[in-house]
Amino acid sequence: MTVRVQREDFEPGAEIDRIAAGNTQIGAVVSFTGLVRDFAPPAAGSEAGTARMTLEHYPGMTERQLEAIVAEARQRWPLEACLVIHRHGPLAPGDRIVLVVTASPHRQAAFEAAAFLVDWLKTRAPFWKLEEDGTTRRWVEAKTSDDDAAARWDR
Amino acid sequence: MRILYFAALRERVGVAEETLTPPSEIRTVADLVTWLRGRSDLHAAALADPAMVRVAVNQDYATPDQPVAPGDEVALFPPVTGG
Repeated sequence: MTVRVQREDFEPGAEIDRIAAGNTQIGAVVSFTGLVRDFAPPAAGSEAGTARMTLEHYPGMTERQLEAIVAEARQRWPLEACLVIHRHGPLAPGDRIVLVVTASPHRQAAFEAAAFLVDWLKTRAPFWKLEEDGTTRRWVEAKTSDDDAAARWDR
Repeated sequence: MRILYFAALRERVGVAEETLTPPSEIRTVADLVTWLRGRSDLHAAALADPAMVRVAVNQDYATPDQPVAPGDEVALFPPVTGG
């Protein structure tokens, strides 16, 4: 399975091992793990920050778009294997959000395909981040820098 | 036609989903968004800025000139922020 959308956490090491297992054509495995950054760090003298994040998504379309992005990557680069895991639901600072793993005979394809997948999923996969810090809540706004990053793969 | 709203747009419209029967002259995504703006003040405010509204028809991104049909699932949402 190349695309998973789930509430549960994942184990990057185990996923990376599984991708390469039994395929000796693979000479390079690249992974990207996205984490929740702490946008409301602990105040002086207090132990815990107040940041919480909720990731909303569009069930059905999310899987469909991620599968389309993976199919595009496999068309552009000679990948032996490819995996995207994206979480949804409530998350806290330090939690893993997303994992992208690419495997190919040589490193360049694996590096490029991983960067492509992350750039594209940031601008096309229907997820929305809601940040709350105990007193305020706000929907994270899309960044034009993400659009620019994705646009460099247009052709 | 099933209309879905997500994230900030859902909160501003005040509903997650509506089942509607647009009049027959509503033929495209752009027609539909204009028509939806007329449903309430909340719809009008939420859908006022086209730059903040993305549309998917049957779970694929749609352009303003794309046709819409009675059985379609049409989703409206803000620019995405996953990853």
